Amino acid sequence: MNIDEKHTNKNMLDLDSFSQKDFKTLFLNTDSMMGILSKDIKKIPALRGKSIVTLFFEPSTRTRASFEQAGKILNADVINISSMGSSVTKGESLHNTALTIQSMKCDIIIIRHPDSGAPYFLSKYLNNTIIINAGDGMHAHPTQALLDLYIMQKHLKTFKNKKVVIVGDLLHSRVARSNIWGLITLGADITVCGPRTLLPQDWFKYESLPYKHPFNKITIETKIENALHNADVIMALRIQKERQVNGLLPSMREYSKLYGITDKRMQIANDNAIVMHPGPVNEGIEIDSDVVHGNQSVIQKQVTTGVAIRMALLYTLCVGTYKNESE
Amino acid sequence: MKSHILIKNGRVIDPSINKDELCDILIEDGIIKQLGPKLIAPNNSTIINAANKIVCPGFIDVHCHLREPGEEHKETIATGTKAAAAGGFTTVCTMPNTIPPTDNRSVVELIKNTAVKEGVIRVLPIACVTAGSLGNTLTEMYDLATAGVIGFSDDGNPVENSNIMRQALNYSADLNLPIINHCETKELSQGTVMNEGWVATQLGLRGMPNASEETMVARDIALAQLTGGHVHIAHVSTAGSLELIRQAKLKNINVTCEVTPHHLTLSDILIMGSNKTLNEFSITNSAYNTNAKVNPPLRSNADMEEMVNGLNDGTIDMIATDHAPHSAPDKICTFNEAAFGISVLETALASALTLVHEKKSDINTIINKLTFSPAKFLNSDFGTLQKGRSADITIFDLDKKWLVEPSRFISKGKNSPLNGTYLKGKVETTIFRGKIIYP
Repeated sequence: MNIDEKHTNKNMLDLDSFSQKDFKTLFLNTDSMMGILSKDIKKIPALRGKSIVTLFFEPSTRTRASFEQAGKILNADVINISSMGSSVTKGESLHNTALTIQSMKCDIIIIRHPDSGAPYFLSKYLNNTIIINAGDGMHAHPTQALLDLYIMQKHLKTFKNKKVVIVGDLLHSRVARSNIWGLITLGADITVCGPRTLLPQDWFKYESLPYKHPFNKITIETKIENALHNADVIMALRIQKERQVNGLLPSMREYSKLYGITDKRMQIANDNAIVMHPGPVNEGIEIDSDVVHGNQSVIQKQVTTGVAIRMALLYTLCVGTYKNESE
Repeated sequence: MKSHILIKNGRVIDPSINKDELCDILIEDGIIKQLGPKLIAPNNSTIINAANKIVCPGFIDVHCHLREPGEEHKETIATGTKAAAAGGFTTVCTMPNTIPPTDNRSVVELIKNTAVKEGVIRVLPIACVTAGSLGNTLTEMYDLATAGVIGFSDDGNPVENSNIMRQALNYSADLNLPIINHCETKELSQGTVMNEGWVATQLGLRGMPNASEETMVARDIALAQLTGGHVHIAHVSTAGSLELIRQAKLKNINVTCEVTPHHLTLSDILIMGSNKTLNEFSITNSAYNTNAKVNPPLRSNADMEEMVNGLNDGTIDMIATDHAPHSAPDKICTFNEAAFGISVLETALASALTLVHEKKSDINTIINKLTFSPAKFLNSDFGTLQKGRSADITIFDLDKKWLVEPSRFISKGKNSPLNGTYLKGKVETTIFRGKIIYP
């Protein structure tokens, strides 16, 4: 993100260019927004007169509602467009759809798209609109990662020497990719764990990755017991049912047997470890029901934090550092 | 009265006669009349001063897409051949993925007639291996051969059925024409848009493994060995494919191959774009460069370096452009949606010369792979400066630096990943059958 005041166009595309200072600023603003969310009257005029378009080309409940809620609390006008029932079904190109929205003088476009890079494409062609990536293909989901990292930060205090384990479909997960960039910048130890079919093939060919690439810091583990040893944070990823159809998994049963987060496996991790999941959870597959609703789970907290993070992000991109709510 | 052109004082390089020396060339009525030092121009000759320039046979491209008939908004035979001339080419072979496909005599004749009327260079069509390139039944190869095609290919649709491929190699062997195969095992490349590797992983794009090319190269070599037919591997792109071809050639199996300028000089890292912010691996909106989307995809640096070795050691027979012009909307979209292909004709020479300037290869090798070597592949009598042959000649400045501006391309295809970069080496004059066709 360019939180440079001189920039006329500030975007949130991914966390790969998000610095420690950027995290600090955003997390401070999020603290304030958490305060607003706990009040009876959840409304501040920070973005009055600003208009936001959510442009969703994939189904979504929580991310989209979370952005809408965030925008409305900040008093922005929010318009929702989804590919279903829009001119996209008439064959309009993404380029033309985006130009149309910009011509309506919208200030912010929040885009989710099945194609990796779609938000980058918009930011290349739209000069007067702030672009926020709400998930692009298998590439990035920075606001999900921001809320995950905020919760980890609150829990861990510092990321130094803390072990964060991401379990599941790393190959297709945009949530994992964005979290990895953030965790690298914040200095955590990252372990990823899953069957080889759901991990990028190139992660098993170490020589192929350039020596200086940040992904070299990732530890790859295919045995869950090894991965969970000394873990401070366990993040399970959603397993899509179609992975089985595509031959990547023999069965959901076998996946759950090998990689499911159970009470028993939780005992391998550190005592105060937290369990996260970007949702929606397949209970009993990625995580056992007992663990989902157990006291180490922060899954519901992730949802609330999601609204605050998005409020803070909208505020930071449109206005700058948040000082006090009556500003 | 006879017409004459005298090209003076150039460095004449012609691998077909092992020549690399300063001399003059006299052309009379479209034919090379004389080659030697200090030639005297007859009256009324056109004199071209080629001092400090390289003079060589006109280039031959065995693999390009001129889009006509069917997709004239992307390129036509007129614009494509003019672009080729600007790139120093005097012969191009066109791929049969036209609409309708070039799978029968009438389309071949249409292309040839249009080329004579509207084109400025020699156009040699390639016909489909199977009807409609659907992979089911062989085209009428004998009829197509007599219509003048130089080989058979289903282009972007590899011949998947091994038995059809076997029979195609058998049948065409009798015609002494090659089967040109785009080697890609589709089961391994379904839904992929770039090379498989860390760049694809980081960008969240589906990657095509090297094995998808290599498995089919291995199959085709086995089938060439079985039948004695000639298989030509189009646009080879992986180190593994090259090793298979190298071994096959040692066993005298009838296999040849080509490489594109982009697989010699560019790698998948280009898709990450430039202007890194936080670190050299973070991306900006210059990433997902759709102009770098091509099939086979730009591979890793290691593969790219191996292509250069293959060119130098003779495993790779020729440089071919795979010129694939597209219209703007095909590339102004997300990376997944974008069409595969690069507009290459006007940058091919300069790209290849990068290898000379970087001392990775030498000028004689590059010219050989653009002239004599493809001429042998075509069993042609052009691609040489021998006395009595067609005066197809390219004159270029090895060191001239220029900015690649696709908006100024003659080709309708502006889709070049070299957009905005500087290249060294520029075509000055192209002569076809004794006529100056460029500039």
